[in-house]
Amino acid sequence: MTDMPIEDAGAGARPRKGSLLTQDARTRKRNRAEARFKAYGMIAIGVGLLMLVILLTTIIGRGTGAFQQTFLTVEVELLEAKLDKKGNRDLADIKKVSTFGYAPLMRAAVEAKVAEIGFETDLKPKDMANLLSKNAAATLRNFVLENPDMIGETVEFEFLTQSRVDGYLKDRVTRASVANDKNISAAQLDLVDALVADGSMEKRFNLDFITGSDASDQRPEAAGMGVSMVGSLFMMLVVLALALPIGVAASIYLEEFAPKNWITDIIEVNISNLAAVPSIVFGILGLAVFINYMHLPNSAPLVGGLVLTLMTLPTIIISTRASLKSVPPSIRDAALGVGASKMQSVFHHVLPLAAPGILTGTIIGLAQALGETAPLLLIGMVGFIASNAPETIGEGLMSPNSAMPAQIYEWAKRADPAFYERAWGGIIILLVFLITMNAIAVMLRRRFERRW
Amino acid sequence: MGSLLNAGSVGFVVIAVLVLTAVGFVLTKRKALASVSGDPRQLHSLPNYYGSFAAMVIAVPALLLTALWMLVQPMLIQNAVIDLIPAESVAEGSSVNLVMSDVRRVADGLDVAVVQGAMTAQAAVALDANETDVRALLADVGVALGSEVSGPVLAAAQKYRVLTARGTSTMAIVVLALALVGMLAAMRISTGTFRARNMVERGILALLILAASLAILTTVGIVLSMLFESINFFRMHPWTDFFFGGSWAPNFRGDSDLSILPLLWGTLYISFIALLVAVPIGLFAAIYLSEYASNGVRSFAKPLLEILAGIPTIVYGLFALLTVGPFLVSVFGRGENGMLGVEWMSGATAVLTAGLVMGIMLIPFVSSLSDDIINAVPQSLRDGSFGLGATHSETVRQVVLPAALPGIVGAILLAASRAIGETMIVVLGAGAIARFSANPLDAMTTITTRIVSQLTGDTNFASPETLVAFALGLTLFVLTLGLNVLALYIVRKYREQYE
Repeated sequence: MTDMPIEDAGAGARPRKGSLLTQDARTRKRNRAEARFKAYGMIAIGVGLLMLVILLTTIIGRGTGAFQQTFLTVEVELLEAKLDKKGNRDLADIKKVSTFGYAPLMRAAVEAKVAEIGFETDLKPKDMANLLSKNAAATLRNFVLENPDMIGETVEFEFLTQSRVDGYLKDRVTRASVANDKNISAAQLDLVDALVADGSMEKRFNLDFITGSDASDQRPEAAGMGVSMVGSLFMMLVVLALALPIGVAASIYLEEFAPKNWITDIIEVNISNLAAVPSIVFGILGLAVFINYMHLPNSAPLVGGLVLTLMTLPTIIISTRASLKSVPPSIRDAALGVGASKMQSVFHHVLPLAAPGILTGTIIGLAQALGETAPLLLIGMVGFIASNAPETIGEGLMSPNSAMPAQIYEWAKRADPAFYERAWGGIIILLVFLITMNAIAVMLRRRFERRW
Repeated sequence: MGSLLNAGSVGFVVIAVLVLTAVGFVLTKRKALASVSGDPRQLHSLPNYYGSFAAMVIAVPALLLTALWMLVQPMLIQNAVIDLIPAESVAEGSSVNLVMSDVRRVADGLDVAVVQGAMTAQAAVALDANETDVRALLADVGVALGSEVSGPVLAAAQKYRVLTARGTSTMAIVVLALALVGMLAAMRISTGTFRARNMVERGILALLILAASLAILTTVGIVLSMLFESINFFRMHPWTDFFFGGSWAPNFRGDSDLSILPLLWGTLYISFIALLVAVPIGLFAAIYLSEYASNGVRSFAKPLLEILAGIPTIVYGLFALLTVGPFLVSVFGRGENGMLGVEWMSGATAVLTAGLVMGIMLIPFVSSLSDDIINAVPQSLRDGSFGLGATHSETVRQVVLPAALPGIVGAILLAASRAIGETMIVVLGAGAIARFSANPLDAMTTITTRIVSQLTGDTNFASPETLVAFALGLTLFVLTLGLNVLALYIVRKYREQYE
């Protein structure tokens, strides 16, 4: 249309004034809008990453304190007169001495230490010994029961101090707050300062936080995650043993054998719905079916494992179906071509090739199940003090226990800053587990992924 | 504990069946090979298939029967024993079911006592409630009972024990007989021309179908378990008050106000704030990552945002309670000491706290779903728009987003459904007070919080205060299911079919 006169080129069209290389006002406005839009996008990503950074720094900042605990080193004289009156070193007799019997020994030890560092105070020995945790007598008693031949000697012992002392050394407890605190007084804090200066009281790494059992409200310093970790481990074993076979079996059926009729449609709709059901509903299901109807023991990791299996099943099914779909049809046809039946081609050829993807999906599903708390609240795994590590597998599955996220929630409920610190520390342990599992999954995927 | 003893004898039966299975496998395989004089090429299937066939025929019927028997036996025994409990034994305010559970506990306790040697089996049968203090006897072996054991209860417990023992031994005999019959039948039929592989594959297919139907079973289980208890609840409390009443105030006197509306308001308000945070941030992040970002930035930022999705919700809950809450109080509360110098916020738990943290949790959810949808819009639309002279942002705003709109709306609905069902963040970050308030700095409670508190409290299980949790759960399930179905429907109906 090169013979079209320029004057007819549309109503309102004017020849451009000036060069094409300078922008007119409208173009500038549009470019500014473009730059603003791009900026919104970058701000959004920035906000998301900022939240992640804030979250991680909060967790690490508040939680690492839980791994350190204050200990007091004193020399305890294990008086035979108090511990083994008959002198026979008979364990049955020694066991009869309760922790009340050990208290005077510890009072004497602390008093001796105070005299040794030359600290003048009006504190009575009872108040001096109050610096120690209420758990300390029990640890001394356990030591004596394991080493009865040490009775009569003087042993250097490291005792856990009570949570207020620990809080003072971690700046949770200040001089101003002790005025209303009945667990500690200002004079006791002076004593603490002197002991710290002497070097007999120090903060050091506390392995018991990771391996120990939970403790009651009065003893946050002795609370540990160990037993709940075992509970979580048993639950994960149950989930792995149940969800993996059932999930893979269901996926194989849906992917390879299911005819395209309405029954299959219902099954698929059900699976995608189950993936979106809130986790608390699974908890209600577990309460109603496993505990009320089947009378399984309350708070048992077996019940928790069963509930988490039902929750993890849709995840595993979805990821297994994706892996099975990614195996090219040529493999199946080749197997059929050399005389295998359909079932043999699936189990001997397709499944091994899809195995890395299935494994990755399972590990990710397990990692999600590890962090679930809501269903465990309803089957009773919270509000229970996990104090004894189970000894056998049967006991591990059926005796009441806690799980890691449930333990963290329990500590958060106790509304004591010492327990809050332990909750953050527990979160660090939980996240370490999760990061490890996800890293293993990613590594497996990278190593075994095949591009067809 | 007695039920565990029962489980022990069931365990023996299961182990016996498994041993029979292994024996049957070996014997059948040998017989099949023997029938073709040891030449496996004459067999229809590989030799192992004959063994597997025998294993299937032995194990599957026997184990299925065991499972069914163990499920049905308690119900039958309960029906038989419940007639023994006279009506006078049922105390005021109690029910026959509670007496029944006492009977079960006494029966289990007697079993434990016999096993531990505290009394002989004959002594356990000959116990008289009027002569021995059964409760103290059982306390000695570690079984705690809530009240004294009366004559009828003890008689019922004895009958329970007898029936259970009889039932379990009958089951053992029947199951083992079935397994033996299976083994003999399999051995008889396994000759060279028997199509063992086809039979085994059919059996495996049946197992696969069973596994797939577990999904339906779970949904049915969820609905039924909540439905029964909800019906019980609606018998005790009018449904009009539950759905249309105005306040939530459970108490022990029995005249609680149990209405879902304040809880629903709290849930929707918190979800609304969460979406207000998550949707803009998630959507813009997705647009930037899919449209503008270079490969390097994308491979760096996307996994980091996914990390936010992998953090357990208990972490977010604690974050809300201990960090975001006090921060908001320092801004909006505390009078002269706060940042704004106002006293609007009194406690750390508030709608804003929970809403903000839930929004942070939902950002990767919205972002990754929107990312997939925006990527699915074909490049030809963008190219056409560029060809007409639009800037990149104009293309996104006027071409890409409208094309992706159904999917994005679906993603927002899915995020809303996730927000409504979230528990841990609101348990720790929102409050426990049920009220209708438009102030985001107030503490408000949600449906999920109340489900947790009503089911973990110390209330009697048969009271309306506890059963309301099932009704709440059913409502929540229907609500989230409805949102998911709506999201799916919108996506399917309005999705453009590109080539």
